[in-house]
Amino acid sequence: MSRNGPLALIFHTIFVIVMVAPILVVCLVAFTPEGYLSLPTNGFSLRWFRTIANYPEFIHAFWVSLGLGALSSLVALLFAVPAALAIARYRFRGRDVLAAMFLSPLMIPHVVLGIAFLRFFTSAGLGGSFAALIVAHVIIVFPFALRLTLAAATGMDRTVEMAAVSLGAGGWTLFRRVTLPLILPGVISGWALAFIQSFDDLTMTVFLAAPGTETLPVRMFLYIQDNIDPLVTSVSACVIAITMAALILLDRFYGLDRVLAGKGDTGR
Amino acid sequence: MSMAAEERSLRAPWVLTAPALMLFVGVLLIPLAMTVMLSFHDWGQYKGIEPVFILKNWHEIATDPYYAEMFWRTFRIAILTTLLTALLGAPEAYILNRMSGRWKSFFLLVILGPLLISVVARTLGWALLFGGNNGLVNKLLISLGLIGSPIPFMFTETGVVIALAHVMMPFMVLSVWAALQRLDPQIENAAMSLGAGPATIIRRIIMPQIMPGVLSGAIIVFSLSASAFATPAIIGGRRLKVAATLAYDEFLNTLNWPLGAAVATLLLASLVLIVVGSNALIERRYAEVFR
Repeated sequence: MSRNGPLALIFHTIFVIVMVAPILVVCLVAFTPEGYLSLPTNGFSLRWFRTIANYPEFIHAFWVSLGLGALSSLVALLFAVPAALAIARYRFRGRDVLAAMFLSPLMIPHVVLGIAFLRFFTSAGLGGSFAALIVAHVIIVFPFALRLTLAAATGMDRTVEMAAVSLGAGGWTLFRRVTLPLILPGVISGWALAFIQSFDDLTMTVFLAAPGTETLPVRMFLYIQDNIDPLVTSVSACVIAITMAALILLDRFYGLDRVLAGKGDTGR
Repeated sequence: MSMAAEERSLRAPWVLTAPALMLFVGVLLIPLAMTVMLSFHDWGQYKGIEPVFILKNWHEIATDPYYAEMFWRTFRIAILTTLLTALLGAPEAYILNRMSGRWKSFFLLVILGPLLISVVARTLGWALLFGGNNGLVNKLLISLGLIGSPIPFMFTETGVVIALAHVMMPFMVLSVWAALQRLDPQIENAAMSLGAGPATIIRRIIMPQIMPGVLSGAIIVFSLSASAFATPAIIGGRRLKVAATLAYDEFLNTLNWPLGAAVATLLLASLVLIVVGSNALIERRYAEVFR
């Protein structure tokens, strides 16, 4: 394989620095000992991380985000796993239309989804409720849950299932004891990716959240709209750390390029 | 296959997809239809939303130059962001692909990882880097002698495009990367053995083959940039309105929901047209590559 020349390596170095710089600067400013925005040139301090404790709205928003992400990803999988099995195994009329519809939340701008859900849930008398947030997040994370489950179901070895059937297993037992264990890595990765998507969503959630159901990104966004101070950088640094941990797990477990590229989209 | 088994395999996919299908019809298609309908309703400061059928909002968007300017700004920002990601992302994907195994996966993680990090946190990073006239970026550019006086980045389109390009870059790298994986390295070697230089190889062998990847990446970046909310809201501020931030204002500040719904419907319709249209064009032009 041919090597990169010096010019290519210089380009690559600058590229990587620019990609990392904004994330790095947030994490660095979070450790400033000063009372204003500055790089920690006079030593590191945790004072802004301790300050988060004085802002219960951030802590509350964190728990809302965590619960919302975990629950909506789980519910999305309950709907996505059977749908993925159907799309992976059967050639039926309307299969392509169904697959396209299930992946459509990826294509519809989140601002449009936010408006549609706001209108819908307000008419239903559920405006600003946690239940409305769960349903809305199930829709936006569904494509991610479906895609990874679909990839696992498509690549699965069917002969094991046939062996189980020949030994008398069927229905629920077959699914619980044979099929589910085989597609489990895809299902768990689908859950993790769906969780990250839900945990990070701002654009749709900002329309639906009310005081009390504000998620962490919404709380951060509203705070930044008023002013930017080291407090919001320390909150961001915590969010970045959580995402990085999930990311490294996902990479070890499944391979990040596979997760992001979403190979085997429609099971073709 | 026996009659019963055949019947079961016809019914099974529908039984399995029924819950998801009902969910999507109930809480996606119906709310979207309600939004389109909402854009035809009337609204007044004191009377609120009136469920009648009028073209008032659409007429206002079509005739008031404020909306034409806002949509033009939205698409201008999206086009510039797409160009920037293509010009920088495509070469970077090519360089990445030529690296050896361990470095390749390390840098792939570094470049694609930000995709999953909160957009608010990443945009906050740019707000810190730009920070007024004596932000870090300006200090660096001045000390390198690249510029004489500080460039305003905050609350300008320049700043929005740069921050947005950073947010969207992983999509472009990923898309070109996928195209590079389909490329046969032997063709490059064949060209070299026939006496082609590096520039010729890139122009005649690599470029034509990764072009579909660049274009499909461009479609993703364009549609996401045109509907971006967090970055234009934080970097652009309250005055530099784009479609998404304007719709947000109409819904949560002015409370003119029908007008906001009309802006959102127009954004959705124009994006669907652009994305479907350019997908069809690309697939026809590069039919042999997709086979």
